[in-house]
Amino acid sequence: MSDRDVIEFDVLIVGAGPAGLATAIRLKQLNEALNVCVIEKASTVGAQILSGAVMEPEPFDELLPGWRDNPPPILQPVVKDEFSFLTEKSRYWMPNPPQMNNHGNFIISLGATCAWLAEQAEEAGVEIYPGFAAAEPLFDETGEQVIGVRIGDMGIDKAGNPKDGFMQGVDITAQMTVLAEGCRGSVSKALIAKFGLDADCDPQTYGIGMKELWQVPEGRVKPGTVQHTLGWPLDRNTYGGSFLYQLDEDRVALGFVIGLDYQDPEFEPFEAFQQFKNHPSIKALLEGGTIISSGARAIVEGGIQSLPKLEMPGALLVGDAGGKLNVPKIKGTHMALRSGMMAAEHLDKALTHSGYDQLWRGSSSAEELHKVRNIRPGFQKGIWFGLVNAAVETVTMGKLPRTLSNHPDHEQLRKVSEPRLSPQYDASKRSLEPRDRLASVYFAATEHDEDQPVHLQVADTNICVTRCKEEYNNPCTRFCPANVYEMVEMDGETQLQINSANCVHCKTCDIKDPYQIITWTTPEGSAGPNYVNL
Amino acid sequence: MKILVGIKRVVDYNVRIRVKPDGSGVVTDGVKMSMNPFDEIAVEEALQIKERGECDEIIVISIGAKQSQEQLRTALAMGADRGVHVLVDQQIEPLTASKAILSVAQSEGADLILLGKQAIDDDNNQTAQMVAALWDRPQATFASELAFADGKVTAVREVDAGLEVIEVDLPAVVSVDLRLNEPRYVKLPDMMKAKKKTIDVKSLEDLGVTASAGVTSLGVRAPEGRQAGIKVETVEELVKELQARGLVND
Repeated sequence: MSDRDVIEFDVLIVGAGPAGLATAIRLKQLNEALNVCVIEKASTVGAQILSGAVMEPEPFDELLPGWRDNPPPILQPVVKDEFSFLTEKSRYWMPNPPQMNNHGNFIISLGATCAWLAEQAEEAGVEIYPGFAAAEPLFDETGEQVIGVRIGDMGIDKAGNPKDGFMQGVDITAQMTVLAEGCRGSVSKALIAKFGLDADCDPQTYGIGMKELWQVPEGRVKPGTVQHTLGWPLDRNTYGGSFLYQLDEDRVALGFVIGLDYQDPEFEPFEAFQQFKNHPSIKALLEGGTIISSGARAIVEGGIQSLPKLEMPGALLVGDAGGKLNVPKIKGTHMALRSGMMAAEHLDKALTHSGYDQLWRGSSSAEELHKVRNIRPGFQKGIWFGLVNAAVETVTMGKLPRTLSNHPDHEQLRKVSEPRLSPQYDASKRSLEPRDRLASVYFAATEHDEDQPVHLQVADTNICVTRCKEEYNNPCTRFCPANVYEMVEMDGETQLQINSANCVHCKTCDIKDPYQIITWTTPEGSAGPNYVNL
Repeated sequence: MKILVGIKRVVDYNVRIRVKPDGSGVVTDGVKMSMNPFDEIAVEEALQIKERGECDEIIVISIGAKQSQEQLRTALAMGADRGVHVLVDQQIEPLTASKAILSVAQSEGADLILLGKQAIDDDNNQTAQMVAALWDRPQATFASELAFADGKVTAVREVDAGLEVIEVDLPAVVSVDLRLNEPRYVKLPDMMKAKKKTIDVKSLEDLGVTASAGVTSLGVRAPEGRQAGIKVETVEELVKELQARGLVND
């Protein structure tokens, strides 16, 4: 369609997270004359960002000297680190791994921090447009050069017809497009596939993180206490654990992260998180409190061996769109900020993709990931092997001449007919809210106009009722933390029902579906969760 | 015709409202804020009037903290011509808001003041009526249809008994109801253009308005949570339970 509006920029950044905003701010610092635009699918910056989060502050010192005098709204210095192993009734204290020493770090809300960062970016002259989702990449006439993105149309009904207020999405073109969509971004995924950026690396692996922010009764919280656990309620073959960060004003941020290479198709990540909260040592802190906000998001866990090439003609991948999270540290914000700044410094020299990948791989960030590369894959063989392996890798500082491989998460599921560990959780014994996934979605304040095309595309729904039902018993109905997928009886036939309005944009379905037939696409701009300080 | 549209920055309608632990108000820190939905309908109506060629200029006004300019920008991106921001740092009462709106309307020479019927945060539903009274001009509240001809506006009002049709002389104050129209989506290029439109910042003092303080907030609390229900087996048991609660006579 030739009548589509086209807007041009020097640099277009897709996603207002830490990586995208750091790219934007640094670019304006280096060259005020550049036209820099950031688009964001959430209605406001930060509303769809979810992270633990404990942050290393050094990249902020480099990006915004003096930021400590004008800090983001939630900034709690870490006072104490605690690490323990849980069993159903007890808690065993363990030495805190050196990667998890948080002395000098801060507990933040990444959502609130990004909203604050967006203010700094706007002051620097960056144009930020929340509420506009990048639906697809745009290419030049050769089809081999990225020239921007197309914004999704607004006002299309469920059947795909334009409604009264229909508004065609614009094309935003730029000399360089920086993809900062975060883990498993939909445009990034399409481009990684098109340009074969992952041809020379291991498959990417992921985890699902669920988080709740609680307001608890006065006097219980010790601000600055950082706690992590391993063990219960997960079985020994499932990698994962909890985080619990105590904030000021009687607030507690807690959550659970589970490797998406889990094997049991009947496993429900959400149930594991809720079960964890009812451990006697955790429940005591939360009981009588209320949930402020909750949500879920997939995270990248593949490390350096799964890192795709970070450049392609016309575009770069920054932050977790590339996949730079440091799993043993359970931190990615510092890596995201640094990769964004590095992208800006690269683009300041010339608006070309060429050389960014090499620049990043020669940096201290790459070294940091290289050092810890074997720790996460060690847990593929269970928690005990994983812990011993992690100790060895830590002592040898990653110098052993080996690199353990990653395997695609969707291939790890055992069939229901195969032997597997399958822990059972008894929800009736739990007293803390939310009682189920729908109650939890309420705290995510997620909102999608129901009269729009379903943004979760399932290529072949026959598989759901035939092969998948038989082989895996429809794991989508369990791995989704928002209860989007349901198998329902309609006219005497079982069929898949997609409650897309519940979606919290975590992308787990796109990753874990064993047949890789689910594709997460962007719904109308502004739609999705509205997190508060996650 | 010149139209002045009032808009208010409020907690977004999707957000779960939480009361501050000390009961002094609701939590707005880190909470998504938006334009009051009724005000969005008022802006849309003004745009439609202008598109019909019945209006020359649309001015939007917002009274509030610095961030209220975000909502003014949204209205400008929708198509309003320019904005007036009355910068205040405290909560103001409807009477103060009315005086400020009127002051701007008079200095701008507005023929029509379009307001949302109420703001979804304090649900006062007072400002339009107060502006009309202070101005000594007619009012048409809860409008679900508007038509202009010969210096008059015909309004269909949503009243308890059904729909009432009234005609009032301009200048007038109109407050809009939900069914008047469906606000448009904001286009990205218009959002960019809106950044270049003017917003005049004024203080209450500039407008010659003193903030009134007629209402004292004694406290804010959340509604009581719903108690868990019980299951009864028989009608007798049900009657007994209801009697025990004094809900039916013995």
